[in-house]
Amino acid sequence: MKNLEDLEKKINSELTTKINNTEIKHNQIYIETDKEDMVDVAIFLKTNQDTKFRQLIDITVVDYPEQNQRFEVVYLFLSHEFNQRIVLKYSISENEVIPSLTSIFPAANWMEREVFDMYGVSFKDHPDLRRILTDYGFEGHPLRKDFPLTGHTEVRYSEDEKKVISEPVKLEQNFRNFDYESPWEGTKYIKDEIEGNDKKN
Amino acid sequence: MTKKIKNLNLNFGPQHPAAHGVLRLILELDGEVVEKADPHIGLLHRGTEKLIENKTYMQAVPYFDRLDYVAPMNQEHAFALAVEKILKIDVPIRAQYIRVIFCEIGRILSHILNITTQAMDVGALTPTLWGFEEREKLMGFYERVSGSRLHANYFRAGGVHQDLPQGLEEDITKFCESFPNIINDLESLLTDNRIFKQRNVDIGVVTKQDALDYSFSGVMIRGSGVPWDLRKSQPYDCYENLEFKIPVGKNGDCYDRYLCRIEEMKESISIIKQCLSKMEKGPIKSLDGKISPPPKKEIKQSMEALIHHFKLFTEGYRVPKDEIYTAVEAPKGEFGVYLISDGSSKPYKCKIRAPGFSHLQSMDYLIKGHMLADVPAVLGSLDIVFGEVDR
Repeated sequence: MKNLEDLEKKINSELTTKINNTEIKHNQIYIETDKEDMVDVAIFLKTNQDTKFRQLIDITVVDYPEQNQRFEVVYLFLSHEFNQRIVLKYSISENEVIPSLTSIFPAANWMEREVFDMYGVSFKDHPDLRRILTDYGFEGHPLRKDFPLTGHTEVRYSEDEKKVISEPVKLEQNFRNFDYESPWEGTKYIKDEIEGNDKKN
Repeated sequence: MTKKIKNLNLNFGPQHPAAHGVLRLILELDGEVVEKADPHIGLLHRGTEKLIENKTYMQAVPYFDRLDYVAPMNQEHAFALAVEKILKIDVPIRAQYIRVIFCEIGRILSHILNITTQAMDVGALTPTLWGFEEREKLMGFYERVSGSRLHANYFRAGGVHQDLPQGLEEDITKFCESFPNIINDLESLLTDNRIFKQRNVDIGVVTKQDALDYSFSGVMIRGSGVPWDLRKSQPYDCYENLEFKIPVGKNGDCYDRYLCRIEEMKESISIIKQCLSKMEKGPIKSLDGKISPPPKKEIKQSMEALIHHFKLFTEGYRVPKDEIYTAVEAPKGEFGVYLISDGSSKPYKCKIRAPGFSHLQSMDYLIKGHMLADVPAVLGSLDIVFGEVDR
């Protein structure tokens, strides 16, 4: 469907319980669903005559370490026929295994490998779930918020051993994160104090 | 007596001149026929997305130059558009034209590199020499406008960094006059060349359905006969006001993709000409002092400008909580940025969707059953740049 509102209605009426929430912003539809229903929703979006979201643009994960369900998995779809984009997402907790889309969209293969590599989210029924971007033998998942920017190990060529070795990162100066918030609005400790006072009163 | 013949495993790269960078391709060969290809990528992985999460919005722009480093400004464009949409700011019309001009220059830069190196991979040396002379001129334009030939860091949310220097418009116009002859020269060397055709026609054929399944975009999908171009279908900046055609291939082979790129360069020249003729004097960045830095002269006289300057270059501007996916038609295909802001001056997450990543993924499917000698031809026509594949 060319019209975004109609499309939103159509998706809501066809998938009813499988959709938790839909929203239109920036000319795109944002759909929230559940892990169990995701594959059904994806198949519907791909095959239905009124949606035809036949291209999977990307898969990614957003990490919210402070939340109970830590990861939000995001799928981006594109429909050439109707010139529309859809963002599909659902939340999972840290060690959950999620279904793979490789059988529906072959392009999902590397995208899921990247998600696995960067966030450590595992996929069920993925034909070839290996690390993709990081080095052979790499440990950890770099895009998690609790992974330090400077990493854990660095590699160098060792003249003694005549090979490339990896050792813990040594920095002359640690990475510094400055708090630039305006003193007029209050830096964090002042804000906390004000909030604390408000609660007392 | 029967002898068992084992397939040969061959490492193609990561230091192979035809691998276009640091691709390690593990090929399983049955004689000279490729049975399986397993690309190992990530040798140029720099953690761009992680770095961007730790930088302010303005500091994030230079990282985009380093993705697809043969067409830097096209990437910056995607990021600038994403931030603009969240901030809901308008871009002055002159800035839009300037951005489109430099995006099209980027497209020509990328296509020249791709066409000529692809030709070199299949045995022709001269196109590279002729093409790179023109690239040098184009990078000269980059340098004059931004100060550096490659890593421009020129686009900003709300416009561009500074106005075109004097005389640049005339020089770009002159280039537009002379460049079509160079394209003709390149074509006279390649288009009807017997060897070039033998190496490219019917090699690496992509059907329409597979182009969709493997989420191809750009020339890779247009070469297979799908008329899809984001500049037309989801126009951004001033592409709506410009007239241009979308070249589409017929057979989806390497040769059709080469032809598409040649035609696209001609269209780019016409787009640049239209922009130059339509462009008028005016502001080149958003006039909102909270987002674009004040001119140097004002800092010396106005207290407010001084404060703005200080705030912008320490804390940076804050972007309200939101999320957005924005894509542009980069020379290689759909380049997208999925940006999540949390109200602070740094992006909470910035996922970069690189077209080359999806294209390279299909290597196994494209090359299966082809000869070993076809690997460079297919790889060349995929238009892979490892800066963006590995990110």
